[in-house]
Amino acid sequence: MIKITLNNKPVELDVDPQMPLLYALRDELKLTGTKFGCGAGQCGACTVHVNGQAMRSCVTPVSAIAEQAITTIEGLADHNGKLGESAVQVAWREFKVPQCGYCQSGQMMSAAALLQAIPQPTDEQIIEHMQGNICRCGTYKRIKAAIKSAATHSSASSLSASHSATANSADSTLPVSTSPSNLSSSNKGAVEIFDARQLASKKQGAAS
Amino acid sequence: MNAIENVSRRGFLKVAGISTGAFVLGISLPVATAQAKSSTGALRHELNFFVSIASDSMVTLVCHRSEMGQGIRTSVPQIIAEELEADWHKVTVVQAKADEKYGSQGTAGSASIRNHFTSIRQIGAVARDMLEQAAANIWQVPRSAVKAHKHYVVHSATGEKISFGELASHAAKLTPPDRKTIKLKANSDFSLIGKDVKLTDLDDIVAGKAQYAQDIQLPDMLIATIVRPPVVGGKVISFDASAALKIKGVVDVIALKPRSIPVAINPLGGVAVLANNTWAAIEGRKKLKIKWQLGDKQNHNSNEFSKQLVKQVNQQGETVASKGDVYNHQYNENNTIAATYTVPYIHHAPMETPAATAVINGKKCTIWAGTQNPQWAKGTVARELGLDKDEQDNIELNVTLMGGAFGRKSKADFIVEAVELAKASKRPVKVIWSREDDIQHGYYHSISANYCKAELTANGSADHWISRNAYPPIGWLWNAEAKVPSDSQLALGFGDIPFALNNLSIEKHAVDSFVRPGWVRSVACINNGFALGSFVDELAVKAKLPTRQMWLNLLGADRHVDPNDNGFNYSNYNLDLTAHPIDTKRMKDLINLISDKAKVEQKLPKNQGWGISFLRSFGSFVAAATKVEVVNNKVTVLEMHTAVDCGIVITPDRVKAQMEGAMVFGLSIALMGEISVKDGQVQQSNFHDYPVARIGQVPEMHVHIVESDAPPGGIGEPGVPPVAPSITNAIYHASKTRIRDLPVSKVFTV
Repeated sequence: MIKITLNNKPVELDVDPQMPLLYALRDELKLTGTKFGCGAGQCGACTVHVNGQAMRSCVTPVSAIAEQAITTIEGLADHNGKLGESAVQVAWREFKVPQCGYCQSGQMMSAAALLQAIPQPTDEQIIEHMQGNICRCGTYKRIKAAIKSAATHSSASSLSASHSATANSADSTLPVSTSPSNLSSSNKGAVEIFDARQLASKKQGAAS
Repeated sequence: MNAIENVSRRGFLKVAGISTGAFVLGISLPVATAQAKSSTGALRHELNFFVSIASDSMVTLVCHRSEMGQGIRTSVPQIIAEELEADWHKVTVVQAKADEKYGSQGTAGSASIRNHFTSIRQIGAVARDMLEQAAANIWQVPRSAVKAHKHYVVHSATGEKISFGELASHAAKLTPPDRKTIKLKANSDFSLIGKDVKLTDLDDIVAGKAQYAQDIQLPDMLIATIVRPPVVGGKVISFDASAALKIKGVVDVIALKPRSIPVAINPLGGVAVLANNTWAAIEGRKKLKIKWQLGDKQNHNSNEFSKQLVKQVNQQGETVASKGDVYNHQYNENNTIAATYTVPYIHHAPMETPAATAVINGKKCTIWAGTQNPQWAKGTVARELGLDKDEQDNIELNVTLMGGAFGRKSKADFIVEAVELAKASKRPVKVIWSREDDIQHGYYHSISANYCKAELTANGSADHWISRNAYPPIGWLWNAEAKVPSDSQLALGFGDIPFALNNLSIEKHAVDSFVRPGWVRSVACINNGFALGSFVDELAVKAKLPTRQMWLNLLGADRHVDPNDNGFNYSNYNLDLTAHPIDTKRMKDLINLISDKAKVEQKLPKNQGWGISFLRSFGSFVAAATKVEVVNNKVTVLEMHTAVDCGIVITPDRVKAQMEGAMVFGLSIALMGEISVKDGQVQQSNFHDYPVARIGQVPEMHVHIVESDAPPGGIGEPGVPPVAPSITNAIYHASKTRIRDLPVSKVFTV
């Protein structure tokens, strides 16, 4: 039995530990917003957040994410925990980014993780970070524009969020943009607002 | 499409989830057919309503065309709502199941709007007329005294109004007028057509709630993965499933029916692993041991085959169209160019790999699939199940969103696989294709060679023009003896050459087939458009003219071109040639527009160049311009433009989106898309060896839409053909290296 926190709720998975998270989400938990695209970590359609960082769920065995906090597109929310209203999703609607839409869950999850780490990314940073997400319909131009718009929007709202720091109740969905890296099922109620720069430096620290 | 029928009082309404008292219009079958189907009448009516107006004024519109990203689930209801005078905010869209009552549901050839604009408008117009009649009856005034406006019918004299919802139960009692007698709106009265409205599926997609074929979940469902014969026409000799069956979660291993050539749109056969979850099915599949009989297509090697096609097009072929005489002419070598262009096999690679779910209960077969052609799939399944034509109502085919298709999902092979396995396993089965399955068992854009030869004329144009092509024809799917493309295939940017030439010969060649050929976004316009667009640029270079000027000179005077004049049996994409003419003025205007907007004749820094190209296809006119830089053997695309004249625009933002997408699709084709075949087997397997464009390769992009009142042309495909030649022409102007063989990655780093 593998325990994870999924979209801020504790979940137990009784599956082959080697099963990639993608199939656990889709087949076992019936969360089909996360998509299969290549099965090899090459296209990004299956991107989810593990402790706020973008991960390719098609090549991530569930054994590797035990006790971790997972966010899928179904759990993406604004600073007040309102589902579907994250800065990235608002911008995706405003710029009418999707065509077929199939890759867009992964695109938005990658974009949200980028903005969490780098609130005001340069064009080069956007390209570098989004290079792993393929869109065969060719919506890249709008993806770039939407990320830039969301960057403006989210930096403003993140300021207000950290000032008000109302945080979320234990049973509300944790907004991904404030998802602390040490979140686990045991302390999910203790929401800590991270300054994005703080988070970025934490990540750098973890990487080095 | 058949007559419109008032189906408000039929018993099915509750079943369809529509409240009683609603006003519902459907499409009726011709009387003889309807009588033959009377035993299942209720079912059929459940499936076929088109417009429903409930007493609370909510309007439900059916989209009978399939959504693959082109936005048709917005545009079709938008057209109905326009004629209905409905408020877009009160419109809900439901997807039609496969049903011949809707007329054509085949969503291919960029045909939805260009071929069905009028019939779709008539549906809304008939409903509006009946609501107006109902209001006139209530007020006891002549029909002419009332007019529908934004979800109400208004009494013109008093300004009094009644909502659609209040009128619904009254309109439900009326007999629909003949659709052809209803006057449609003047273009100047459009309030929805040509405007951007809220996109039908946008919110669901952004929330991760949109449902694609891969997402279907049924109780007790098995997931199937299939190992297919590595070579088309191959068969299973024997297999050992013992190791696969030991994987936890694997429930069964089933050999699919062996299939033969012609392959049609049937499955390929092979061995399926059925499991309780996807991971078990994938792991089980790895453990299968299969002995294959590969068949006679195993000697196919695409590199050698390409050389053979090049050899063929350098010889005279069978005449498709001709004018004057090109063979008894003494070409001046100094003013003549002959060039051969090749394009490899290309694959669709939609982000959603093929998937379908089927469940069989007694005689009833229920299917969920993302399919571009629901009725064709249904008919194919009926044959598979041995059902007669009038037993087809036992098949319910639910059409899901498609995560991309680009022509791949016109074919029903993956749907029939699900039906075959549901029947064999007696459980609901979802067949899912891995990316490797998708890339190695596709219906490919055919490998091709095109040859062009022409002599420059003193007035800066060209004449004595020869065009030839050679490629495996799509007709081989159904006829193993087919070796030449049909006339309708040759009409794709080849037999319809629009230039003012006195001497012309267009020729085809006979070619054998080895892998499944298919329709990839813009089909033979990919290779024909590449050859034409490249060759015009080569002529311009030879004549020392701007490429724009060469296009204008070749197109000549303003006129409507009729390829039938050259003895070609021209079908004009099944459009009337009078309403949708090959209009050289529109072509020249567009070439001037793109050249001016992109400033393609501006002086550029060293190593940079502009390229332009143009093709009319699927009833629309599209020009493309690309700027590239070539430094240290690396090509960087810096800027791209397309200009489109597609007649009346329904949803401007989706036209723009399709053009943006076409630039990216064309960029993939030009720079790096290549499927190669060795010993009959596709060599690529995933995105590492079949790369498609990623965000870093996509430059600044601009779309220019021409305002027009002309009848609408297609939009999904016409953006693609001019893109690749605009890129390779730009590479020439930046580097003096002429790319005649795609992809560019054979020569340059991309």
